[in-house]
Amino acid sequence: MTTANEPYVLNIGPQHPSTHGVFRLRVVMDGERIQDIDMVIGYLHRSMEKLAEERTYTQNIPFTDRTDYLAAMSNNLGYCLAAERLAGVEVPERASYLRVIFAELQRIASHSMGNGTFINDAGAWSTPLMYMFREREKILDLFEMTCGARLTTNYMRIGGVAFDPPNEFYPAVNALIDELPDRIDEYTELLVDNEILLARTRNVGVLSAADAINGSITGPMLRASGVPWDLRKAEPYCSYDRFDFDIPVGHVGDCYDRFMVRLEEMRQSVRIIRQALEDLPSGPHKTEIPLALRPEPGEAYARVEGPRGELGFYVVSDGGPAPYRFHIRAPSLINLSLLRQMAVGASLPDAIVTLGSTDIVVGEIDR
Amino acid sequence: MPRGPRQLDGHEVARLLSAAVPGAVTVATDEWVEIQPGRVVDVMRWLHDDAEMDAAQLSNLCGVDRYDHFEIVYHLQSLDQNHQIVVKARLTDHEAASVQSCFPVYTGALLQEREVYDLMGIHFDGHPDLRRMFLWEGYPAFPLRKDFLQIVDHHPGLPHFPFETGKQER
Repeated sequence: MTTANEPYVLNIGPQHPSTHGVFRLRVVMDGERIQDIDMVIGYLHRSMEKLAEERTYTQNIPFTDRTDYLAAMSNNLGYCLAAERLAGVEVPERASYLRVIFAELQRIASHSMGNGTFINDAGAWSTPLMYMFREREKILDLFEMTCGARLTTNYMRIGGVAFDPPNEFYPAVNALIDELPDRIDEYTELLVDNEILLARTRNVGVLSAADAINGSITGPMLRASGVPWDLRKAEPYCSYDRFDFDIPVGHVGDCYDRFMVRLEEMRQSVRIIRQALEDLPSGPHKTEIPLALRPEPGEAYARVEGPRGELGFYVVSDGGPAPYRFHIRAPSLINLSLLRQMAVGASLPDAIVTLGSTDIVVGEIDR
Repeated sequence: MPRGPRQLDGHEVARLLSAAVPGAVTVATDEWVEIQPGRVVDVMRWLHDDAEMDAAQLSNLCGVDRYDHFEIVYHLQSLDQNHQIVVKARLTDHEAASVQSCFPVYTGALLQEREVYDLMGIHFDGHPDLRRMFLWEGYPAFPLRKDFLQIVDHHPGLPHFPFETGKQER
């Protein structure tokens, strides 16, 4: 008896642990190998860009929390920078420093989550994820004591930040950044030379530097392919030009490099936070802006180096109280442009690891 | 509006572009350069390959509905020279808007163009996989168009601030 070797369609998701949200993959399999892969997205589409056209510039800040809900601070920051450029608002120095501190804390929290779930996808069920959640939890506590929210922070304002951190914030953040390097060393010992992890991630989902650049890949994925491109260095916003930090890069561009780049970036973020706390200037934390903010007609594209890559906000004003057009350049979505290229020909478990290494947040993909 | 910190002068880009790709540029401003929608691939290929322009990455692509026409906005990034170039294409046919896909030059346009097609209904000629993305095939409208939701007395945008009384002319 012979069996026909026909391709078959395998459906992953929309509800599946490895899809990190409500995200569906339709995979055409030829035996163990992936012949074609198609993603079906939109389950979380909330039409943020349309909603923003009927809300004032300030009312739009909470929406940005809910796009990438694992990096609300970075989203707040990117949008506020765009609105400030559009309206010509200057930000006090203290606010710039506070923005850097919170954006970097957010990066550590997001990379903890990203690396933790990636390891989860690679088969190390839950233990490393819970280790990394331990530190993320402390960062979320810091957010809570400052602005009252843990995930949807709504902390940045056009012209600065909403609140000065309370007095108990400073000892807590200092204790955390003293502790974090040891914790990151702990992850390194636990994971980096782990033979199973190496076998699962080395030379899997390889992306060359040229492909990554042409495919609009940004953030840790681009750096893992060996391109030292970081907007905090290339186009410094806030006060990043005053801090000393390195851009970690990978060599191969595989899943392992992406994991390592994120791990190293957490160390660099600790360095930045330490410097920002040491030099934190006194003064106001916010510039007062008119309640009825009507920027001149024009457009602004501001971007920040979010945890997942270039997080851009393109805002067009027609002189009215609400943005005429509001577009979010979502790194989670655009980093998936080359998913097909990375996954076709690979085996199914490798594709799951590759998807995990892109560190997607479905709220940001669908918006 | 001031340019971005690393953004090239649109006039300068237009001058070089007109010499290299004659007839492609229609308008140049301080901030951006506007090109013919039928010349997108030529322009992008030249900007991508030229050593001085070095637009290696398509960092952002989006559409803007201007009621009587559409704008497609391209933010191009040079990683080596560290500058940004803003290119716009003006699509005058609002009913059947179409523009060349820049996928042949930038593979990163794949999902960004699909998104614009899905939400704004702009057709990208030469795109390999132009399907709806967030919405489903057969969804009858394109939500990011300004004429979406034609409810009586509903006009797109926000006419006045929530605390202001009375409607203002827009």
